Amino acid sequence: MQMFRAKVSALPSSSSQAFGSQVVVSNVSKSYGAGAFAKEVVHNCSFTIERGKLTVMIGPSGCGKSTLIRLIAGFERPSSGTITVDDKPVNGPGVDRLVVFQETALFPWMTTYDNIMYGPRARHEDTPEMREFAESLLQKVGLAAFRGKYPSQLSGGMQRRAELARSMINRPNVMILDEPFRGLDAMTKRLMQEYYANLYHEFRRTTFFVTTDIDEAIYLADRILIMTNIPTQVRAVIEVNLPRPRQVENITESDEANAIKMQALSLLHEEAMKSFARGSKAAADFVEAYSKRMTKK
Amino acid sequence: MSASNKWSFKVSSFIVGEDFWRGIVAIIVFLIFWEIGSRSEALFGFAFPWVGQVPAPSAVLKEIYRLIQEPSFWHSGYLSTRRVLEGFFAAMLVGIPLGLAMAVSRTFYGITFPVFEVLRPIPPLAWVPAAIIFWPTQELSIAFVTFLGAFFTIVINVIGGAQSIDVRYFQAARSMGSSTFDIFRRIILPGVLPSIVVGATVGIGITWAVVVAAEMISGGGSAGSMGGAAGGGLGFFIWNSYVGGSYTQIVAGMISIGAAGYMSSAILRKIGQLLTPWLAEG
Repeated sequence: MQMFRAKVSALPSSSSQAFGSQVVVSNVSKSYGAGAFAKEVVHNCSFTIERGKLTVMIGPSGCGKSTLIRLIAGFERPSSGTITVDDKPVNGPGVDRLVVFQETALFPWMTTYDNIMYGPRARHEDTPEMREFAESLLQKVGLAAFRGKYPSQLSGGMQRRAELARSMINRPNVMILDEPFRGLDAMTKRLMQEYYANLYHEFRRTTFFVTTDIDEAIYLADRILIMTNIPTQVRAVIEVNLPRPRQVENITESDEANAIKMQALSLLHEEAMKSFARGSKAAADFVEAYSKRMTKK
Repeated sequence: MSASNKWSFKVSSFIVGEDFWRGIVAIIVFLIFWEIGSRSEALFGFAFPWVGQVPAPSAVLKEIYRLIQEPSFWHSGYLSTRRVLEGFFAAMLVGIPLGLAMAVSRTFYGITFPVFEVLRPIPPLAWVPAAIIFWPTQELSIAFVTFLGAFFTIVINVIGGAQSIDVRYFQAARSMGSSTFDIFRRIILPGVLPSIVVGATVGIGITWAVVVAAEMISGGGSAGSMGGAAGGGLGFFIWNSYVGGSYTQIVAGMISIGAAGYMSSAILRKIGQLLTPWLAEG
């Protein structure tokens, strides 16, 4: 943890400027299947991912968050409604919007370095400058010593950092992170959150971060979108105006953070209760979040 | 970086390891039971069923010792090995591109898969009579049948391997600006490689099974090129031993096929490990 902090803070900070694109999702619906078997996953959903801000989307498991990510990334088309990036409609995947996937989607047959250089090589940009950039990213994510290792030889936390570097080398205008720290043990997860917050503080790109963890959301977010149960919509938007850089300890003790947490939890509670009847995984997630709150109070 | 160290460490730990000695003991116990079984008539006054008719391992060992000094035996082995390799490489050469094409193109898959699925369940040996009619020489007929033995396994493995590649790899690659060819070269090919290795390892085993049977049925292909009974491959060698009534020679022939098949699979597995270093544990 100390190691990461030292490394990140040693780099020149450009946090005063905001970079990236603005993403506008308007009246988007998405259904799968046809006729009587059609299942609506996203219903008339509208929100904005603001330029240079870290927008966190939180909602019950299986509510359609990943579907929204696939729509914004351009892997799938909405059934109705539009998605624009800087006023240009999304037509398929593009290097301006990169997804860091759940679990890991590093290519198992490539070393850390080859994974990071994938994008530049795909675009025939294997230049000395790019290689230098890859080196600096390897340093920054603390994987310089693991450049020749395959993903299966890395720990969970290292895999996530390698994947962040693989995205960042392409300088995307929008970074989309789909529950990137899911499945990590509690200690690693917290380290990664702090590490990622510093990284974001330094780069200030438009970021769309999806999670089911309310503490993670408050710690990282500029804005929190609270989603309804499936078919999903935005239930509420909460602005988080806590100063950066943030410390996990300060956040848990801050009155403002706690007020946001209570507000968000009561909304999520309602949404999660709706899915209790379905016997979905959301129920289990809610119970987990609920018991966390009880132990902290 | 320490790949060679790790490898030699593995070998030495295998030789001194528990598994190695367990294997040695198992083989010795098996040989002892076999020896007793073969001598059951002399030892107990009646022959055990089945094993009582089989020549004893000591006699077989003596026979193997005699055979390995005979050039005609080695020539049989050489002929079978050549046919196996011919059929196997032909199957790889045709099977891998075909499997990839079937996995990549839905249209091509739709056209070829039904034909493929009708031909696949036909045992390679059922092709022997037709192969003898179709192909101009015996040698080609046998090679064709061995080819079929490996071909279907390889194709099925390539298709399965390509279809099981995580869809997110394609999404990630596409997002980062990969062309279709780039995705084929850097995602599909390495993604399928482990399945090709599995298909090849299984396929070469089937090839050995098929070549021996094909040699027996077709009468040894270019039999007699070395003169003598053992000129037509190991399958023909065994069949000829049967006709000649030399039971020890039959069993010696069988064991040599087992050894050859084992070695082929072991070599392919080793090559496979070198080709797919990312699958090594640790």
